[in-house]
Amino acid sequence: MSHRNFIWICLLPLVVVTAAFFLLPMAQLLAVGAGGSRGVSAYLAIITEPRYRATLINTVVLAAATTIATLVIATIAGLFLQRHRFPGRAVLIAMLTFPLAFPGVVVGFLIILLAGRQGLIGAITAAVTGEKVVFAYSIFGLFLGYLYFSIPRVILTVMAAVQKLDIGLEEAARSLGASPWAVQRDVVLPALGPAFVASGAIAFATAMGAFGTAFTLATNIDVLPMLIYTEFTLAANFAISAALSIGLGVIAWAILALARSMSGGAVAAAG
Amino acid sequence: MRDRLIFASQLGFTLLVAAFLVVPVVLSITAGVTVNYFRGIQSGVTLQWVVQVWNLYAGEIGLSFLIAFATLAVTLVVGVPAAYGLHVKGGRLSRVIEEIITLPLAIPGLAIALALLLTYGGFGGFRQSWLFILAGHVVFTMPFMVRSVMAVFASVDIKTLDEGAASLGASPWTRFCNVIVPNAMPGILAGSLMVVTLSLGEFNLTWMLHTPLTKTLPVGLADSYASMRLEVASAYTLIFFIMIVPLLVAMQMFAEKGETK
Amino acid sequence: MSAVAGHGASVHIQNCGKTFPDGTQALAPASLDIVSGETLVLLGPSGCGKTTMLRIIAGLETPDAGGRVLFDTTDMTAVPIEQRHVGMVFQSYALFPNMTVAENIGYGLKIRGVDKSVRAARVAEMVALTNIGGLENRRIDQLSGGQRQRVALARAVAVRPRVLLLDEPLTALDASLRDRLRSELNSLLRSLGITAIYVTHDQAEAMELGDRIVVMRKGAIAQIGTPREIYFAPQNRFVAEFVGAANIVEGPVAGGRLTLPGGWLALDNAADNAAAVAMIRPETIGIVAEADAFLRGTVESVAFIGDRQRLVVTGAANQPLTVDAPNTINVRAGERVGLSVTPQAVRVLPKED
Repeated sequence: MSHRNFIWICLLPLVVVTAAFFLLPMAQLLAVGAGGSRGVSAYLAIITEPRYRATLINTVVLAAATTIATLVIATIAGLFLQRHRFPGRAVLIAMLTFPLAFPGVVVGFLIILLAGRQGLIGAITAAVTGEKVVFAYSIFGLFLGYLYFSIPRVILTVMAAVQKLDIGLEEAARSLGASPWAVQRDVVLPALGPAFVASGAIAFATAMGAFGTAFTLATNIDVLPMLIYTEFTLAANFAISAALSIGLGVIAWAILALARSMSGGAVAAAG
Repeated sequence: MRDRLIFASQLGFTLLVAAFLVVPVVLSITAGVTVNYFRGIQSGVTLQWVVQVWNLYAGEIGLSFLIAFATLAVTLVVGVPAAYGLHVKGGRLSRVIEEIITLPLAIPGLAIALALLLTYGGFGGFRQSWLFILAGHVVFTMPFMVRSVMAVFASVDIKTLDEGAASLGASPWTRFCNVIVPNAMPGILAGSLMVVTLSLGEFNLTWMLHTPLTKTLPVGLADSYASMRLEVASAYTLIFFIMIVPLLVAMQMFAEKGETK
Repeated sequence: MSAVAGHGASVHIQNCGKTFPDGTQALAPASLDIVSGETLVLLGPSGCGKTTMLRIIAGLETPDAGGRVLFDTTDMTAVPIEQRHVGMVFQSYALFPNMTVAENIGYGLKIRGVDKSVRAARVAEMVALTNIGGLENRRIDQLSGGQRQRVALARAVAVRPRVLLLDEPLTALDASLRDRLRSELNSLLRSLGITAIYVTHDQAEAMELGDRIVVMRKGAIAQIGTPREIYFAPQNRFVAEFVGAANIVEGPVAGGRLTLPGGWLALDNAADNAAAVAMIRPETIGIVAEADAFLRGTVESVAFIGDRQRLVVTGAANQPLTVDAPNTINVRAGERVGLSVTPQAVRVLPKED
């Protein structure tokens, strides 16, 4: 057997599996999306239909807010953890990164324990002010949930980027007279730019498509994945839910592709 | 003095973030072993909820492991040779294939699940078996295996090793077994951990693909969150943590080992 | 040009040591005075403490308690680097990748709030000085190694620092480029008249650039002197062997003669010593006819290098001697030869513990 043939044999199973369980279904999804009563214009419904458009805007705003908040939090914590050595640092890093692979449903439940009807924040506020604060089922609860699963991943990326940063750059800026703030502004943050773009895009795309957390927190939060789910299971509106899924997929993919072309590195989402 | 203040405020902030991540987990663990969460831990510590969860959901947990290891088997058999093929072949076609298999990372699981349902929903036997969920998990986890192995290939110059073995007279298949796989081992292990962890926790796809007879652990979790008392839901979450945390720890240790190399 | 010339501070290091938190002593307490306008080279193998010394002067490390750093008469010990008004060139160059060449060079001025037009003029001056005209708007990743090195130098000099600190600035370059930049750097430092402290492990660099050289070893100063003093009059075996090639011979000294297995060597006013150690540079040993010499040996090998030939001669001293002979003489391996060495070329080293 020639080496060339051997390589083809290596690739064949992957090609078959991917074609059968990914490409073919996606093509089918595309066809179903266009096969409803609206025809191809179903793909525009996400923008033209006021109800869907409002949901889309909701989802984008929520995902953007999650991304920005996560980047700020992860940068402060990541810079700190990578630049200082102190007892307990390893434990702290472990605490900040272990929720990395928690599924969305579990994160939703954790938010309920924190801010739900029997939650910790409710108990504390009831004891302190006499009024029980419950926000787990609101858009803010969802925001906290997205924050919860975005922080570990972004912190890891930021820490890796800080570690790769040439400490000489900061020393050089200081030798030229830059104050600690100027060093952060002119040298450190720009150098972390690609890491911000990459991890921010992942956080954004993941937040756009996150279903488990919204599903667990359930009550009338209007985000795109929930809309698709209800259209499909409750309204049995296959065409619209297919078209909306395609739209969601295209947005998430486009963000990641854009980030990749900007940062030049590998960018991918998960969960 | 100024440095001290900056250090203290940064530490405080970081601790706060850590608390946000850890406190809910602690709450959940506590709730899972408390007799009555509403009355607090002083109502007593019990394993009754854990036992109840086990009686109710042992099937789901078992199925999750079956699917996770089946997913691992498929991604190993399909993904490792493919990673080698893609790396050695190179060129435009390889990049296109890599790009396509990576798409499931970008496209929300919900969309992939819908696509699978709309395509294979009519094949009753397949639709109703756990193999349907397996298909979804394979599509979702495959890029992690392939990329993890390819990352190792990129760092050990596998092409030269391969050519060296070929110059000594080894056939492609012998080389693959004796040279490629052993050298790709770190990537294979890291990828395997990732695949099993993701499969065990996968919900977005699985919720759409499952049937009443093919429920997995996370599907059962969502079930219990919706319909069970808080203590039971917490106990179930506790069981999930016990299963997933060793995997996460192993992954982290792996990442650190990779860093120090 | 006159605008940047002659404004160097003198630097005084008093009793500066450095012990790291894990207890390792990188630098034993040392004192050193650097004259205004002088180029001082800190030379030594890696881990000798030279970079630590430079970083203490820069303000990137704080000396252990009791140490002081003065620029002229001002105590700088507690002043952070950003207020010390130094210029620093790093081994990795540490050029800011998010700025162009011109922005890099002008950064120190921008931070100081220097007016934009003044800044542009100074950047242009630096660009001309370091021969990087035409590169002003390039990004850093578009530059070659040599160009980066020049930009790093221009950036450090642009702020008219009181002291210029250079940490192995040529080490990252390949050999031929390093030689060229070394002589360029030399004439630049001379024309600026700036106080410069230069760290290197390369003795040729140290020789060419240094007004004085500080040879360091294991966190301590082994010798301070001009390049000639260091080369011809090393004060210990380490300096002798680290700077240039050296033959170390051992034998008793009596009546101004060092007795060796292959004969003896005349010395300049040397005290009697039963076990003396002396250094002889390979190029100071002449090859003469066996009958004309007081020290004799057998040529073990001859290596023709081009501008000279390197012989290894056995039997003369207790160790084989390396001899750099002119490329014109005709010797072959196995031949018996006489060795002539002037008394000045034999340097008796002080006894070491």
